[in-house]
Amino acid sequence: MALLQIAEPGRAAAPHQHRLAAGIDLGTTNSLLATVQSAVARVLPDDRGNALMPSIVRYLPTGEVEAGRDAQAHQADDPANTIVSVKRFMGRRLADLPDPGALPYRFVDRPGMVSIETVAGERSPVEVSADILRALRVQAEASLGGELVGVVVTVPAYFDDAQRQATKDAARLAGLTVLRLMNEPTAAAVAYGLDRAAEGTFAVYDLGGGTFDISILRLSKGVFEVLATGGDPALGGDDFDHAVARWLCHAHGVASLASLAPHEQRGLLMAARTAKEALSESETADVSVRLADGTLWQRVLSRTEFAALCAALIERTITATRRALRDAKLKTTDIDGVVLVGGSTRMPLARDAVRAFFDREPLADIDPDQVVALGAAKQADVLAGNGHGEGWLLLDVCPLSLGLETMGGLVEKIIPRNSTLPVARAQEFTTFKDGQTAMSIHVVQGEREAVSGCRSLARFELRGIPPAVAGAARIRVTFQIDADGLLAVTAREQTTGTEAHVEVKPSYGLSDSQIAAMLKEAIDTSLDDMQLRTLRESQVDARRLLDATEAALAADAALLSADEFAAIRQTVFRVADALETGAAPGTLKAVSADLSRATEEFAARRMNASIRNALAGRQLDSLA
Amino acid sequence: MTISLTAAAARHVEKSLQKRGSGVGLRVAVKTSGCSGFAYALEFVDAPNAEDQCFEAHGVTIVVDPRSLPMLDGTELDFVREGLNEGFRFHNPNATANCGCGESFAV
Repeated sequence: MALLQIAEPGRAAAPHQHRLAAGIDLGTTNSLLATVQSAVARVLPDDRGNALMPSIVRYLPTGEVEAGRDAQAHQADDPANTIVSVKRFMGRRLADLPDPGALPYRFVDRPGMVSIETVAGERSPVEVSADILRALRVQAEASLGGELVGVVVTVPAYFDDAQRQATKDAARLAGLTVLRLMNEPTAAAVAYGLDRAAEGTFAVYDLGGGTFDISILRLSKGVFEVLATGGDPALGGDDFDHAVARWLCHAHGVASLASLAPHEQRGLLMAARTAKEALSESETADVSVRLADGTLWQRVLSRTEFAALCAALIERTITATRRALRDAKLKTTDIDGVVLVGGSTRMPLARDAVRAFFDREPLADIDPDQVVALGAAKQADVLAGNGHGEGWLLLDVCPLSLGLETMGGLVEKIIPRNSTLPVARAQEFTTFKDGQTAMSIHVVQGEREAVSGCRSLARFELRGIPPAVAGAARIRVTFQIDADGLLAVTAREQTTGTEAHVEVKPSYGLSDSQIAAMLKEAIDTSLDDMQLRTLRESQVDARRLLDATEAALAADAALLSADEFAAIRQTVFRVADALETGAAPGTLKAVSADLSRATEEFAARRMNASIRNALAGRQLDSLA
Repeated sequence: MTISLTAAAARHVEKSLQKRGSGVGLRVAVKTSGCSGFAYALEFVDAPNAEDQCFEAHGVTIVVDPRSLPMLDGTELDFVREGLNEGFRFHNPNATANCGCGESFAV
């Protein structure tokens, strides 16, 4: 604690200024920004008092951009230029989108990430997200009266490198300094202060407007590890509105919502939503909507009826939760706390289901719409250097192992999965062929032993390796992952210092479930993989021996008699044959051993010959 | 409402006033800034304002303006030496959170 001095009247020094930092929840449906003021995290509302900003951006022919509520107002009359739920397109290629035809946008397939053609020109999801973030930044800086020094932006736990990088790029484009990306469930846990516990396992149940996510987190020694994630990218509050709207249609003898005019559908969905929200407070709610022809549809919906309408939807969340627990190899009794996130968890229906499933009262005191942003704000405050005495820093882990391709298409893992971030690991590699002056470095992500089973992240070349015999060069390859989970790889030739470097902006496009699928595949195929590794390793060894023998024969055949030469040639052919026919590892090893034995005498003679050459014409005393 | 000084703090205030050659006391105030919302300020007093409240402790006059007073009630001002530094420290029962540097606090 600083010590104060007495100042002249009116001259008391102003204390250092608060470094303005904020947490941003960049959501699929809504986004919001929170900051820590007077040691309390709170959400900054816009000038109309709204805490949530719809994640909607509209592009006008004049080049103007509207974000939030202004854009939402035109969602119906200008659908092609009003971008909704852009988060679903982040880091995605056109082929990754489940049903692009159902959306009102003109998609342009760009390498790495899809783009959207608007009246103001082509916009990538990164640019659209940046427009949302920019609106939040402007709003925050106006109400805080200063520039933000940095922000923490939250991302779903299942976001891959491509999606994280896209999110970070969007923030940078919006003029924000990203202190960290943070997993949404981790942020929610932090908002509840769960990080103060020594350790524990927590479930975060996040039912938002259009998505459902379940995450299982383990906290140990100040590190949050994501054990498992699951959910449904097409299940949220909107589905509950649709269920109520359908119920009203059926009650009036209309088969489906689609048979109404578009503005009637919207009116009905609004009424359904109002009723749904009212049911969180009271036992019954009125649903009423006036159709174009003037008829009034009106009915009373009770909680029990609502529960019956939505039972299937709730059951889907519980099924996903059960699956996530199974993936984490945990039982409900292993969970030390359950956190509710997302506006839809206000429904007593959802709360009851979670309570019944985990057999414990879920944490729900903090506004479920704000909890993620509040947790991010707390983290941002600490990272910006406004520490409140406690040296508290959250860490995440990398979800999949990172490594590089070695001879034979095998993966050498450099950073194993679940390593705490940030992390840097280095390993030395060498050349495979005599006189090799360049090395191609292929960075891959995944758990499989073979490169073909992993995801390729980047390729680069290190040139300028001084020519030498195979195995003499020393090349140090360093993998570094920063706190956001982004990877940089450096290769450095140790004698000359020649260096090559790549920052992995992964070839965008690993889908939500692919990480889980890749992990599962690695486990299922671990036996095959081990066999493959043994085979490839024996192939690589045999090839190396073959190359060395052939080089020696070419150089020093004179040291051998014709018979000896023929015998070695014979064994060389057998090894080459075994390699070409793809012989089993055992056979390969046996013929390689034969070749080693056959060349033992030859190797000894070569050694003697080279010593003789070195010593020729020298006096004994000159060697001392 | 009281604000008090430790004997060490009082001695240092007296010495400072003597060295300065003028002044009638020590103003203790709270300003709204700093990272936790509020910050303390210490100043010499040449003449108290009409609305100020004055306290006596160990022969030293402490002057507080009415806006700061509720946030300072019960505070004891100490003078301490920490390594090479010496200065005043606040023991304020109203503060609920201090910022890392201790220059500001929240109530």
